Amino acid sequence: MGELLEVNNLSISFTQYVQGLNRHDSKVISDLTIDVGESEIVAILGSSGSGKSLLAHSILGILPYNANVTGEIKYKGQVLDQELKENLRGKEICLIPQSVNFLDPLMKVSEQAIGECKDEKEHAEKKIRQREVFARYGLDESVDDLYPFELSGGMARKVLLSTALIGDPNLLIADEPTPGLDVKSVEETIEDIKNLKEHGKGVLLITHEIDVALKTADRIAIFYSGYVIEINKVENFKNADDVLHPYTKALINSLPRNGFKLTEGVQPLDEVPGCPYYENCPIRTDRCGKEKPSLEEHDGAMIRCFNFKEANDGA
Amino acid sequence: MELKANNITFSYNKKRQILKDASISVNSNQIIGLMGDSGSGKSTLCKIMSGYITHYSGEVTLDGAKIPDKDFYPVQLIFQHPEKTMNPKWKMEKVLNESWTVSQDLKDTFGLKDTWLTRWPSELSGGELQRFSILRALNPKTKFIVADEISTMLDAVTQVQIWEALINHCKANNIGILAVSHDEELLEVFCDDILKFDEINNL
Repeated sequence: MGELLEVNNLSISFTQYVQGLNRHDSKVISDLTIDVGESEIVAILGSSGSGKSLLAHSILGILPYNANVTGEIKYKGQVLDQELKENLRGKEICLIPQSVNFLDPLMKVSEQAIGECKDEKEHAEKKIRQREVFARYGLDESVDDLYPFELSGGMARKVLLSTALIGDPNLLIADEPTPGLDVKSVEETIEDIKNLKEHGKGVLLITHEIDVALKTADRIAIFYSGYVIEINKVENFKNADDVLHPYTKALINSLPRNGFKLTEGVQPLDEVPGCPYYENCPIRTDRCGKEKPSLEEHDGAMIRCFNFKEANDGA
Repeated sequence: MELKANNITFSYNKKRQILKDASISVNSNQIIGLMGDSGSGKSTLCKIMSGYITHYSGEVTLDGAKIPDKDFYPVQLIFQHPEKTMNPKWKMEKVLNESWTVSQDLKDTFGLKDTWLTRWPSELSGGELQRFSILRALNPKTKFIVADEISTMLDAVTQVQIWEALINHCKANNIGILAVSHDEELLEVFCDDILKFDEINNL
């Protein structure tokens, strides 16, 4: 199994002007390390608004000008610089964007899916492919001529998904492909993502829906307050005892089918000196408040916690 | 109190009808779940019941009487995307207190941090913003809450926190909830009854 995507110690922050000339640096992603192989689906799971999408934007080179990026991204062993990103995106690496706002409001959806064409002949070929893919998602011919504002949330999501699949990419970055879809469409999306994997493609699935991650992914990375706190095999997410980080355990227990268990606490807004979960953590020690744990390997998983061994032995 | 939508018929344009003779009723002491496919018109019905859309046929009543549109509207809608319902040029304190002055008690119950109040909407996450949009809808004059996929965008931990706080408040203050979601497992946790949208819409 070859490596497709490799991200090492990626950090992204934004410089913003607040009130006149005061500059403010806000860190969104800190020290993110993750990799995706061929025929593999890796999910990044974190709450919405936590900055996961920026990872996708950074891989494709579409971050805004005021973003500061450190760290390294590699595609098939080659360092991805801006030029290579621009060459690969849309062909080898495709994005399923998060929201309808990524569609051109003044263009019929079928034309957006087809994209730029050299001549009539290419357009006709792509049109057939577009109809095929649209039909697979239950978008009938009347949808082709609609404008984005006429689509319901779920229909728009299907349009975005089909648009990414038309180009037949090697690496697919799916940024929240499922919220707002009904059960049947979610199942279809899941099947499609799995199908890509069977064809040797790699998928980086960015989502906040744990169910979708559980049903599709081989490995799941838990994103908390800008940090990846745990990466573990999907089998271990069935039971809170098999995952390592206390937040991951809380997450599993809070699912409706696992008892809808309440855990208090919110993610910190600003950079903290110690562990990002310190404030809410049941197994914290003094060290956690002062020093930041790094992401370390343990038994095939990656974990960012000083105390997980003691805590898990006790359980 | 009973919130009732009677034989609602609506379409955005002549090509496609969205609602036909749809009827639904919620009592103050109830949490009613509503499930349906995307694009089926759930959100449209929500907007009609909470007074956002007025040019429909049929009627929405509170204890049998038509709801006056001049005063505070007793049916409050909470949207799926809180970031789209807030003025981006207002700080969160102004956003929160637009309709009423939210008590410190309630802020604490919903886990609202004081440091959030001086931020702009774009500086907070979806889960944080959703707490604001729920709290500002809980004006003492609110009699019903229509929750349209309010936790769809949130992580599971935040989902529990938000629903717990909202349900506890509504039970204590006799506010009825219409909870719209595509997640049956979620609705089964707290709903008194779950309706399928297809079955109430006669299309």
